[in-house]
Amino acid sequence: MVGKPATISLANQRFELHVFIMVAELKIVVVEDDRERVIAIVDALKEACLCEVVVIGDRSGLARQIAAHGPDIVLIDINNPTRDMLEELTLASGPLDRPVAMFVSGNSDGMAEAAVEAGVSAYVVDGLSPARIKPVMDTAIARFSMVRQIRNELAETRRALEERKVIDRAKGLLMKAKGIDEDAAYALLRKAAMDQGRRVPDIAEALVTAAGLLG
Amino acid sequence: MKRVRISVAYMPLVDAAPLIVAQEMGFAQGEGIALDLIAAPSWSSVRDMLAFGRVDAAHMLSPVPLAMGLGLGGVTTQVSSVSNLSVNGNVIGVGRALEVKLRAAGYGFDFADPIAAADALIQVADGPITFGVPFPFSMHVELLRYWTDATGLSDRGITVRTVPPPLMAQTLAAGEVDAFCVGEPWGSVAVEADAGALILPCKAIWAFAPEKTLAVRTDWAETEPDLLGRLIRAVWKAGRWLSDPATHATASFLLSRKAYLDVPPELIDRALSGHMTISRRGDLRRVDRFVEFHEGAATFPWLSQGKWIAERLQRANGAASLSDTRIAQIVRPDLHRQHLAKTGCDLPGASAKVEGAILSPTPVATAHGEITLQPDCFFDGQIFDPAEESALKN
Repeated sequence: MVGKPATISLANQRFELHVFIMVAELKIVVVEDDRERVIAIVDALKEACLCEVVVIGDRSGLARQIAAHGPDIVLIDINNPTRDMLEELTLASGPLDRPVAMFVSGNSDGMAEAAVEAGVSAYVVDGLSPARIKPVMDTAIARFSMVRQIRNELAETRRALEERKVIDRAKGLLMKAKGIDEDAAYALLRKAAMDQGRRVPDIAEALVTAAGLLG
Repeated sequence: MKRVRISVAYMPLVDAAPLIVAQEMGFAQGEGIALDLIAAPSWSSVRDMLAFGRVDAAHMLSPVPLAMGLGLGGVTTQVSSVSNLSVNGNVIGVGRALEVKLRAAGYGFDFADPIAAADALIQVADGPITFGVPFPFSMHVELLRYWTDATGLSDRGITVRTVPPPLMAQTLAAGEVDAFCVGEPWGSVAVEADAGALILPCKAIWAFAPEKTLAVRTDWAETEPDLLGRLIRAVWKAGRWLSDPATHATASFLLSRKAYLDVPPELIDRALSGHMTISRRGDLRRVDRFVEFHEGAATFPWLSQGKWIAERLQRANGAASLSDTRIAQIVRPDLHRQHLAKTGCDLPGASAKVEGAILSPTPVATAHGEITLQPDCFFDGQIFDPAEESALKN
């Protein structure tokens, strides 16, 4: 880390060191309220580059809060509904003197596409060099896609569990109504699904719904 | 027949109905396509998904493609408006604090007269009023500014702040904004949450305001003319289906599904049928054609509408103005007409009109006979003549 300017006594040296700090340290704002995620992202960013990271979790007056920090880069989950609040920052008449722009692909080898795919959106101060943006974005993209993958897997597992439950109930209904065993009940469901060109869980759900209405 | 899939991003709003109906009622299938509808959490997300190729088409605020053309906001990919998805459909409302003051002052909540509403607000407001809107580039902002400027409400001090529609009710309740302008069903949701009351349909400000547009990347439109045609036709047919009042109940149920809007069908039906409940006390107001998907050539993307929006965006944000040629590259009545020609439907012969000049339903000449354009007046009687504006600039 770089020492504080106040430790140096000569005014002109202090000034030079101050300029050095401005160039070296990027100020990154991360908008995120999930604690675990915040820790993972902040650690990764600090490893990737010399930067100061500010986390904002509270969405009230978001644009104002961000402007107060004067960041070089703002990172936010693409699925965060409060993202539209950040669009105010891109207006030239906004509270920042340097407009912030969504990272545009022009000079970045498809980085914006990769970011959208990974689920992170970035707002970058105009004029910041691509060489300085790249490590930050690479890290953010990697972290966000990891989180996204975990979430997708979780959702997928949940859905599979739900479907299992419905299929079990449908099997139970068939076994009781027709006096058949479990394997026969499943075979019946599967045949109906194939005949109708639908998925087994959909057939099972229709059966459970119908039974609920009739019962 | 194998159907080609087209991915379309949308925001969960009543005016996404033509896209949802096109997919659910088989209009897309009839054109040999299937729509992968992707709900987005924010308008910037819709824009980015379209700009960076995650989707091919989008339900979009009609000012956004023009704002992108003006270089406003973060992303400036070339995007074209090929159809209007909807006309009108927004409401202006106030939070509990202002509602109480307005009632005490004897305001009648007629939900019709913009001048009376502004006068009442001028009378009761102690200081500046903060309005929540969904996005900086939206008809919400334009109509709100138009109304407050023309009535003198702006002199009281107006702050406009971006609030995502699903958060509008709680932001109002928390007192972070005093009032709002939002698309349905979110105004009705705020009423049901007892966060405030509705004072105006935006239709009362401009009677025929282009609200949402069917937007595609300009390069996609050029490389996939056949798919574009199918998409425009499927969505147009869905709009025509929606224009029959008999379909409102079905459409409300479709839209209310968890995968789409996930709000009770009864709230969606209010906008579709124009039977609005404007306060928690249950005051009912009838608004004829509260949101329009078809009648009066609603889907037709008039160049004059685009020009009205572009000039306001440019003036408010200090951008360089868009030439008529540039506007015609963004707002595409030519593509709309070309791809609907096959359906034999009637479309206006002209591509621009004098906005604000139609005071009552008016038949106009078309290729096949005539269609009836609906009133498009501004509440203060202003006229916007696109030809005159161009002449002044040259």
